[in-house]
Amino acid sequence: MDFTDDQLLRYSRHIILPEVGGKGQARIAEAKVVIIGAGGLGCPVGYYLTAAGVGTLALIDNDTVEMSNLQRQIAHSIHTIGMPKVESARKTFNALNPDVAIVPLKVRISKDNIMDLIRDYDIVVDGSDNFPTRYLVNDACVMAGKPLVSGAILRFEGQLTTIIPGDGPCYRCLFEEPPPPGLVPSCQEAGVLGVLPGVIGGLQATEVLKLILGKGEVLKGELLIYNALMTTFRKVKIPRNPSCPVCGENPSITELIDYNEGYCATQ
Amino acid sequence: MEEIIPDKSINIKGLVCPYTFVKAKLAIESMETGQILEILLDYEEAARSIPKSMEDHGQKILKVEKINDTDWILQIRKAKD
Repeated sequence: MDFTDDQLLRYSRHIILPEVGGKGQARIAEAKVVIIGAGGLGCPVGYYLTAAGVGTLALIDNDTVEMSNLQRQIAHSIHTIGMPKVESARKTFNALNPDVAIVPLKVRISKDNIMDLIRDYDIVVDGSDNFPTRYLVNDACVMAGKPLVSGAILRFEGQLTTIIPGDGPCYRCLFEEPPPPGLVPSCQEAGVLGVLPGVIGGLQATEVLKLILGKGEVLKGELLIYNALMTTFRKVKIPRNPSCPVCGENPSITELIDYNEGYCATQ
Repeated sequence: MEEIIPDKSINIKGLVCPYTFVKAKLAIESMETGQILEILLDYEEAARSIPKSMEDHGQKILKVEKINDTDWILQIRKAKD
């Protein structure tokens, strides 16, 4: 890849790294990543992947920007309240780095569209805020064989893991079924420290870049749990479950499921 | 002393950091292990920092020479991909 002078300057701190170099930066520029959710997690993930020069970045979210988002969703602003989140984020990311092709997709993700939405992308990032989507994305990535960097946040605690289908456990190996509606509170009910998604989203973006570069170790088979109040990071090993309903030897789930019944529609 | 014939030469006169090392690094990345890169430059700091950074990256410095009042020549063998 031939870099322009501006690109040499923009990416110089990457190119200088032995683990990246010109070849690594070219790989980043060729990568296609899809981020599910343009909220607390999707904003920092998209922001840093844009800064890093990822070639194509798709953003999927059906919501519009609200004042109550601005405490943590750093791609949006008072000027974009009422605008679709994916459009608001596209404007912000474009201003940061016009090299990156941002694909704003204002849709509600479902079992009927998810396979089409992720098909053209190399890596999927889950920054959704609800269990139906989390399980749908997990199952779709397992079925499509797409690497998935999954993150979640609530109150002062965040967690993430990287799922490589066929080469490590999936989300259902850890928790076979989503919790019953109402058992786990949403951010809307329980609150979330505004900076927490910045930490978890930053870690998710780091996982994505390592997957693109093929360098280092990703969080495969491990759940990283960050407690912001105590300032602790804990890694929990996740064994692959041979009888996992979606990635096990005899999967019982062979078609995608929408668990929307009973869950709050937006949060 | 025997004259070393470089496999590739770049002229980065007029450039300052971080262009200098970025250009040098991209040049060496494009070469085969064992080949020799020659760099002509006029930025004194880079005459010190490029050899140091190249060594950190596992490359072999063959020559750092001030050839006149303003210019330096560096020769680096690519030892590591």
